[in-house]
Amino acid sequence: MVTTLIAARLSAGAIAPGRVGAVIYRNIGALRSGPAYWVVLLSGFFEPLLYLLSIGVGVGALVGTIPLDGRALPYATFVAPAMLAVSAMSGALSETTFNFFFKMKYAKTFEAVLATPVRPFEVALGELGWAMIRGSVYTLLFLLVMVGFGLTTPLWALAALPATLLVGLAFGSLGMAVSTLLRGWQDFDLMTTAQFALFLFSGTFSPVAEYPAVLRVVVQATPLYQAVELVRGLALGAPSWGLLGHAAYLAALTAAGLLFAARRLERLLLR
Amino acid sequence: MSEQPLIHARGLVKRFGDFTAVDGIDVQVRAGEAFGFLGPNGAGKSSTMRMIGCVSLPTAGELSILGMDPARDGTRIRARLGVCPQLDNLDPDLSVRENLTTYARYFGIPRAEARRRADELLEFVRLSDRAGSMVEPLSGGMKRRLTIARAMVNDPDIVLLDEPTTGLDPQARHLLWERLFQLKRRGTTLVLTTHYMDEAEQLCDRLVVMDAGRIVAEGSPRSLIETHCTPEVVELRFGDDRPADLAGKLEGVGERVDQLADRLLVYAADGDAAAAEVHRRGVTPSSVLVRRASLEDVFLQLTGRTLVD
Repeated sequence: MVTTLIAARLSAGAIAPGRVGAVIYRNIGALRSGPAYWVVLLSGFFEPLLYLLSIGVGVGALVGTIPLDGRALPYATFVAPAMLAVSAMSGALSETTFNFFFKMKYAKTFEAVLATPVRPFEVALGELGWAMIRGSVYTLLFLLVMVGFGLTTPLWALAALPATLLVGLAFGSLGMAVSTLLRGWQDFDLMTTAQFALFLFSGTFSPVAEYPAVLRVVVQATPLYQAVELVRGLALGAPSWGLLGHAAYLAALTAAGLLFAARRLERLLLR
Repeated sequence: MSEQPLIHARGLVKRFGDFTAVDGIDVQVRAGEAFGFLGPNGAGKSSTMRMIGCVSLPTAGELSILGMDPARDGTRIRARLGVCPQLDNLDPDLSVRENLTTYARYFGIPRAEARRRADELLEFVRLSDRAGSMVEPLSGGMKRRLTIARAMVNDPDIVLLDEPTTGLDPQARHLLWERLFQLKRRGTTLVLTTHYMDEAEQLCDRLVVMDAGRIVAEGSPRSLIETHCTPEVVELRFGDDRPADLAGKLEGVGERVDQLADRLLVYAADGDAAAAEVHRRGVTPSSVLVRRASLEDVFLQLTGRTLVD
């Protein structure tokens, strides 16, 4: 779906890969410019890892095993794929929320970019592309940790990798779309709270099947639940047709987020 | 071959909701010309510039830039424009040189070529020794020069400068003017907005005076002064004890007398003679200045207000 969307615009001449690349290149340049960025990069990796160790391994020692689809799973094995999905989410989000918002609202970076041949949709694609480069580093490292701890096999880790990319795309687009709506830094508190609620209740630490029916329906509609289910199905080596549904959800979210963000950029900056 | 104007606007309108920023203006800019929009803040200069820069579509009217239509060919037009916005939007995360090389990539300029141009342009705006510095510690004048270098990175046909020297100290302004003058001599078409009449006089071959979204006068700086003003102006200042009924006492001196809050202006063909006449009538200002008429006076004549309040 996303590919068709992009392919259609490519053939219409509305997207030039070189210009999307230029937007990505700008961020690589910024990365080289100073150590501050690297600190942010590192902290983004350690957060889900710390949760995996404290809750997955620590609390897991008290919980023992939990039943899932007729299998008895060690608790850490259950939590690890969820933390993988979370790391894909937060890797993409931190780039397309804080950094995107700063560039849009304060540094006026996009204003300068849009005075050139680059189009809003190309800005959105380039920023998402950069978020993916950054997010992939997190998920790759996290997958290595999981394999190292015996929480998944190398082959299934390889299978889960594209799923984490899709998770990154979906949350990157969503974050970018939301960023275009924010009024100021105060709104980030709201967003952080929403992100934390997703983090706690998306079937991350306990199976959603045990939630009350109403809550379960709500949770199943949210993106991190979809992401966790997709990643967990692959990382645990238990693929099913249902995973395609989750993947479709995330692809649709990506397309909608990208289109919305590009439209908003146009409204805000090309008045 | 008749020379087609690079910028052609007729009945150009920009509205934001109920507010009309640009209210039906006609503009023609020819190749190699330095063209100015002079007017106070809120006159519609920046809105006009944004439409010419193809980052804002006209609400109504005709606009063609480089023979193309901004609504259809915005991307192709912007590829041939250089833009120096009113507020610096240099990239704070990049070095001085990277600001240029990165910007060049948005135009599809290959990396090696971008580096070559960046070095050349840094030389041109006298920033070579700061190439590796970040943007933030640069002075206002340096930032503006870097923005102008950035606007030149795609070797544009037209450079748009929105209030290029606003907020700069006199020395920085003069260096900038000198660089812009060099650009003009190379044949680059410059379009600039300003609310400084000295800037308009220095840089513009031709200009329009804007007020409240409309063009109120058009011509070369000299011809505007000749048409709308006397050759000389006498400025009278009175300190705290400004005599009552000054207008009555000075009636008939020069061609016209304007009373401003802080001074009195007497428009005359011969300023010294007018100043002598003022004294003869027993009016004793604390200071008398006889000067040539400027665009500021033209603006005052046309709108009844000063340019910079």
